[in-house]
Amino acid sequence: MIPASFDYVRPGTLEEACRVLGEAAAAGDDVKVLAGGQSLLPLLRLRLAYPSALVDLGRLPELRGVEDRGDHVFIGALTTHDEVVRSGVVREKTPLVALATATVADPAVRHRGTFGGSMAHADPAGDLPAVALALGCVFVVRSGEGEREIPAAEFFVDYLEPALEPGEVLVGVRVPVLGAGWGFHYEKFHRTAQSWAIVGVAAAVRQTGGAVEEARIGLTNMGPTPVRAEAVETALRGVDLSPVAAGGTDPVREACAEADDGTSPPADLHAQPDYRRHLARVLTARAVRAAAG
Amino acid sequence: MTEQLDAGLIGEQIAESDQLGRPSPAHEVGRARRRKEDSRLVTGRTMWTDNIQLPGMLYVAFLRSPMAHARITRVDTSAARSQPGVVAVVSGRDLADEQGSLPCAWPVTEDIVIPDHPPMAVDEVRYVGEAVACVVATDRYKAADALDAIEIDYEPLEPVLDMTAALAEGSPKVHEAGNRAFTWKFAGGDIEAAFRDAPVVVERTYVQQRLIPTALEPRAVVATTDGETFTLYSATQIPHVLRVMLALTTGIPEHRLRVVAPDVGGGFGSKLQVTAEEVLALLLARRLNRPVKWTESRSEGNLTVHHGRDQLQRISVAADRDGRLRGVKVDLLADMGAYLMLVTPGIPLLGAFMYNGIYKMDAYDFTCTGVFTTKMPTDAYRGAGRPEATFAIERAMDELAHELDVDPVELRRRNWIAHDEFPYTTIAGLTYDSGNYEAATDRALALFGYDKLRAEQADRRERRDPVQLGIGVSTFTEMCGLAPSRVLGSLSYGAGGWEHATVRMLPTGKVEVVTGTSPHGQGHETAWSQIVADALGVPFEDVSVLHGDTSVSHKGMDTYGSRSLAVGGVAVLAACEKVKDRARQLAAHMLEAAVEDIEFADGSFRVRGTGSGKTIQELALATFAAHDLPDGFEPALDADATFDPDNFSFPHGTHLCAAEVDTETGAVKIRSYVAVDDVGTVVNPLIVEGQVHGGIAQGVAQALFEEAVYDGEGNMLTTTMADYLIPSAADLPDFVTDRTETPATSNPLGVKGVGEAGTIASTPAVVNAVVDALRPYGVHDVRMPCTPERIWRTVAEARAAGTGTGAGTAPGTWTTAGTAAEGGPAPTEGGAG
Repeated sequence: MIPASFDYVRPGTLEEACRVLGEAAAAGDDVKVLAGGQSLLPLLRLRLAYPSALVDLGRLPELRGVEDRGDHVFIGALTTHDEVVRSGVVREKTPLVALATATVADPAVRHRGTFGGSMAHADPAGDLPAVALALGCVFVVRSGEGEREIPAAEFFVDYLEPALEPGEVLVGVRVPVLGAGWGFHYEKFHRTAQSWAIVGVAAAVRQTGGAVEEARIGLTNMGPTPVRAEAVETALRGVDLSPVAAGGTDPVREACAEADDGTSPPADLHAQPDYRRHLARVLTARAVRAAAG
Repeated sequence: MTEQLDAGLIGEQIAESDQLGRPSPAHEVGRARRRKEDSRLVTGRTMWTDNIQLPGMLYVAFLRSPMAHARITRVDTSAARSQPGVVAVVSGRDLADEQGSLPCAWPVTEDIVIPDHPPMAVDEVRYVGEAVACVVATDRYKAADALDAIEIDYEPLEPVLDMTAALAEGSPKVHEAGNRAFTWKFAGGDIEAAFRDAPVVVERTYVQQRLIPTALEPRAVVATTDGETFTLYSATQIPHVLRVMLALTTGIPEHRLRVVAPDVGGGFGSKLQVTAEEVLALLLARRLNRPVKWTESRSEGNLTVHHGRDQLQRISVAADRDGRLRGVKVDLLADMGAYLMLVTPGIPLLGAFMYNGIYKMDAYDFTCTGVFTTKMPTDAYRGAGRPEATFAIERAMDELAHELDVDPVELRRRNWIAHDEFPYTTIAGLTYDSGNYEAATDRALALFGYDKLRAEQADRRERRDPVQLGIGVSTFTEMCGLAPSRVLGSLSYGAGGWEHATVRMLPTGKVEVVTGTSPHGQGHETAWSQIVADALGVPFEDVSVLHGDTSVSHKGMDTYGSRSLAVGGVAVLAACEKVKDRARQLAAHMLEAAVEDIEFADGSFRVRGTGSGKTIQELALATFAAHDLPDGFEPALDADATFDPDNFSFPHGTHLCAAEVDTETGAVKIRSYVAVDDVGTVVNPLIVEGQVHGGIAQGVAQALFEEAVYDGEGNMLTTTMADYLIPSAADLPDFVTDRTETPATSNPLGVKGVGEAGTIASTPAVVNAVVDALRPYGVHDVRMPCTPERIWRTVAEARAAGTGTGAGTAPGTWTTAGTAAEGGPAPTEGGAG
């Protein structure tokens, strides 16, 4: 790796990190926060990013770990993907997070990359932002001026742009525990195990009496930010989940026919927008069925 | 053979001779020995080129052209020179008088156009990534930083990106002499007669996409000089060829130039090259009188490691109604890229003799035109010409089978050379020495459960299952063991195809083997030790193998074309035989017996009918002491041997692939894969197994994943591994592999080579399976790589065209439940990348 030169700061406390970032923000310096390096190091390596300094949060143990707080699970920003996947609390209380995180990159990356880093990078092709959106996570952010909370619906502002002000650090994420009756699935469509999702669907479905009572759908890589498929969520309400006879019409598919509504999927080497739209429709139906078990 | 592999891993010893007649554990050849070299390779306790640190070493970074085609109008390196740590900034213009031209050693025709190929561009750039200037600095970061300060002005010229358009009248030219590098023709039999009145003719065009040979170890070069002599360390497959070529290119006399290939982490043909960076490293070391190092980044490698494949193949097959082949006609356009590198023009010709495959036919006709484009030059990539040929004929055989409504395996059976017809001279003029296609195919069908899968396929078709099942077959052979020198001569290749070996008995009875082949991961040290252990009757552990350094191994033709064992291994055996002959003379002298009465077995020379004898170790010590040798006997048990094969070797095999194709998403899942290969006598089953597995993975990668993509301006879009997708173990099925063993008759070991087999066989097997799955939709081809999007669009187009013919169903009724409900995709919207 041959990045351009940069200054390197490794704060020993969260307060120090906030101070360093606050000073850099005041000076207008282009600093980058380094968590696990999953996304930042490739950008540096390819010289697509030229920050004047890196602020490495790697030695802040208070940002690492999973806590069961009853109605929500708090996941520290520096908790690695691997720790998330292995966490009994996450698997039991917020299984969708565990399911999606297990598909992130490969084992080596999952041991370095962090939950908070993946959120703060705000890459719509990342698997976790769509999950946060679907579950209605809350982002806890700290700066020299104190702490504030940002709901997921407001956190992903634009492509690679989170709602973090200069000088702010993502401390952790509150993941709501949805409770009994919910089923979950993350449907990731990608060409190789290590590659990004062409399209991903995060689905949470609550059913009663064989029908959908409530559904929450987040879409990965269908626009500059993760997308909540609200039209589908509405259309799914009350939909019969019984198996469909061969050749019969599937009401789940019909309800998911507008999964791509309001999206603006990107074009790249792996997929053109019309194909992504098609995939969003097909995969959303599959994800809902899988979540409903 | 999985069981046997496990046995080898666990017990390091296979059971006694099995039904295929493999040797008992008393012999080394045939044992699944774990590789001697692996502990140092996998722990990194070895010397890779990039690990080399020399006193005063400088680091090189290259400025590369951002334009596919442009005239260089201004070069200003002054600002870069004053950057911190910069020792020198050198442009192509600065070196114009001394850098020479990178060599092409294979002028395939008399009138071939071989353009001047300066290691750094002087006046014109012809592909994105072509080196234009370089910075030499005290560390690689400073070198990279200073690149930004070099100023180059370009005057854009038209890029040339499409081969067909490049040959059209009025096309912009890559070189003054035009875009046609050569046209090479070859024919056997009366092709007109074969096609005239042929009841069935299948004509298809296949795109062999451009691939990037992705070795685990990037290229790296270190050059150093003491003012008199030069040493070049390089991650190369060809230290010997490189030395000769660098001497000719740079003018450094051959005897003052040493080339070392330390341990090399993969090549797949990409390190069978004389690269600009190797030449320039030498020139910079000479100019600065200091050691210099360059190591490429992965993105730099994707741009500038020579690429593979990139051919447009038109193949026509004429057959009788019963499926008997009458003739095959091939018209090939081969993308050379911007320049002809070491063996660029010869690559498609290595396939020229293989488009007839394993089949008998009356006539064959082959034409290949090499075309210049403004892209990275192409050259050898695992299989080199033969995967392309095998793909075309094996795809065409499936098309013919479909046309005739015959089972594709049955069609092959009707046409292949029967086992009792060997040796068989094919319509392409090669004499296949041995083979047994029936045995390999029958074994593969049994392991695969062919009939059961066909039944499941019929059921899924009947049920209109959105996930369809396809079955693909590939019965392949390849010409390996490159190569008989006289044949290479007849093809205008610039060198021979022999290989050299030295075997030395050391005073303590240990054995040193020097091989002219140069491994880059194949396990030569292990396999050669096994051959020597059997030949000389010494313990496997007592043999060491030296390679890859021209000051140690003075003579060799290196490693490519599945040649190491079939040529280099045979040379080792020949040297052992010479050592044994000398040892026999010495034993006769010491035992006071006639040479004819000395028998050799298990490492001992004994007088026939008596108990007295000498071990080879005792004889080695005796030559060291030299106290009592026969008159005129040189005090050494050493021998050199150079082996030049009379013929190629012809591994063959049958590969079967079952693929599930999700017609709603276009996703392909390989459900099962069976490979039965016949590589002749097996020296080490574990190594063979590894080669087959890796080869299949690489062939599957071409079928489903990999493609080097340039945009309309000639910029490469696949410069990272996020864009150029390489499958990992997670993306591949368990391979079921087995072997038949039909020894080659063309060499005393009976070996054929295995390095390329899997790659050659697997690509058509997978694509045949994908197309087979989609037959009911009226699909007859999916361009490689068969990406989900491409499959989805192909199905959509076929459905729009109404060509589907489901069993017992009217054409056009094949739709998928999901997409129909959504109105279906627009067939061509947006293109398919």
